[in-house]
Amino acid sequence: MEEYVLLMRLDILTKGAQPSPEQMQQYMKQYQDWVGGIAAQNKFVGGTGLSTEGRVFKSNNVITDGPFAEIKESIAGFITVRAKDFDEASKFAQACPILKGDGNTVELRKIVSVHEKGQ
Amino acid sequence: MNQQQLIPHLFRTEYRKIVSVIAKRFGFEYLEVAEDIASDTFLTASQSWGLNGIPENPTAWLYNVSSNKAKNYLQRHNVFEGKVVPAIKRDSVDERTEEIDLSPQNINDSQLKMMFAICHPSIPRDAQVGLSLRILCGFGIEEIADAFLTNKETINKRLFRAKEKLREENIKIELPPDADIETRLDTVLTTIYLLFNEGYYSMSQDKTVRKELCFEAMRLCTMLVENSATNKPQVNALLSLMCFHASRFDARVDTRGQLILYDDQDVNLWNTDLISKGGYFLNAAASGNRISKYHLEAGIAYWNTRKEDTHEKWENILQLYNQLLQIEYSPIAALNRTYALSKANGREEAILEANKLDLHDNHFYYLLLGELYGALDKTKARTNFEKAYSLAKTQLEKHTIQKKIDEL
Repeated sequence: MEEYVLLMRLDILTKGAQPSPEQMQQYMKQYQDWVGGIAAQNKFVGGTGLSTEGRVFKSNNVITDGPFAEIKESIAGFITVRAKDFDEASKFAQACPILKGDGNTVELRKIVSVHEKGQ
Repeated sequence: MNQQQLIPHLFRTEYRKIVSVIAKRFGFEYLEVAEDIASDTFLTASQSWGLNGIPENPTAWLYNVSSNKAKNYLQRHNVFEGKVVPAIKRDSVDERTEEIDLSPQNINDSQLKMMFAICHPSIPRDAQVGLSLRILCGFGIEEIADAFLTNKETINKRLFRAKEKLREENIKIELPPDADIETRLDTVLTTIYLLFNEGYYSMSQDKTVRKELCFEAMRLCTMLVENSATNKPQVNALLSLMCFHASRFDARVDTRGQLILYDDQDVNLWNTDLISKGGYFLNAAASGNRISKYHLEAGIAYWNTRKEDTHEKWENILQLYNQLLQIEYSPIAALNRTYALSKANGREEAILEANKLDLHDNHFYYLLLGELYGALDKTKARTNFEKAYSLAKTQLEKHTIQKKIDEL
């Protein structure tokens, strides 16, 4: 088994793009059902949502407030899953309910530990 | 209560207290001595009470006699130690000349400390449960053997090895330091929960023993709730969970000891007193910011005390299972989650999810698939039930599955 991280990006800052409380509840259910389904297969390793507060550190001592890069979608959360290969991990990623929203993305990355790299 | 009933009853309630107090005082290297003194006290009681009648206050009598026996032992032992061992531990020897303190407060204190000592991480799990039954719950070796469906010899060996380990590791009968309480508490709670499950799910036919196991587990957990150092949210959550489960004790087993499934249970046999206690401790558990698996399981158990098949109920159960599985995976939680999914989101979705589960050696898996296909596809339902039948381990399970096949 290999481990993969799924980085979920969506617009969490633009006011007009934010869901109503009722929508939010619906999104959370879809999200929890999705993660629960992965966990029920014993393929969930860990993960969390992220708050909108944050800071970005750049070279030359540049620090900016906000959890953003150069695009309006920020990382809203990530989970780590176990999968036998990229194909299986891709299936988890494709089923992620945030993909129902325009512009949202899930980035799938295989985990390589620093030690492994150095070998 | 006559003497024949009284002594076994007192043995169950007082033996453990005497052992804990004496062992805490003497240290683990004298655990067997403490057990001997306690057993000997009961032997003296049965002889003396038979001749002279039951004393006015039997419990006080037992404390008094055991305390004298302990002091006698100390005196003899001090002489021996004084000759053989050079007086290294002056302080502890001085302390040993004091009275044996069998006040309610010291009894509770000793038992609590004993709980943490027995549930030390270096003691294997099954030995922790065995030792807890023996030393904290006053179970006889035969009763422990019965609970584990094994023989006395195996239990004796297991307890012997566990006690050896306690000595080797030089484990002290004391509460862990504040900083370690949370982690050490986890092991204690696991042991209590195992103890409870041993009674709740045991294959043992003896319903009384099983029920007592459950109530002993609840008693130990109550002690933790009553002590401010250990009264944590997860402890309340576990107690709540056990109350909810125990509320169905009389409804889930029939007079012949056969299991009655949830759907077929007589709600009138559910113990409303325990249900409201469960609710009380669940509320008490709702503080702090850590959600333990006991919180989630207690939440599920709470919804299961409401028999009406509402969407709200199943949606809540589904979300609790979703979270529980993220904390700790278990096949049974995965299967129950899929069942809740069928109730909350529909059978089709649940079947899709069920097919992703890799539980092909588990008869409950096929039982679930059979249930899910039930109304949609009778052929598939039958195939799955038949597979479950061939994998089922006990006659009782096979019987229940056969009934489902016949009902198709």
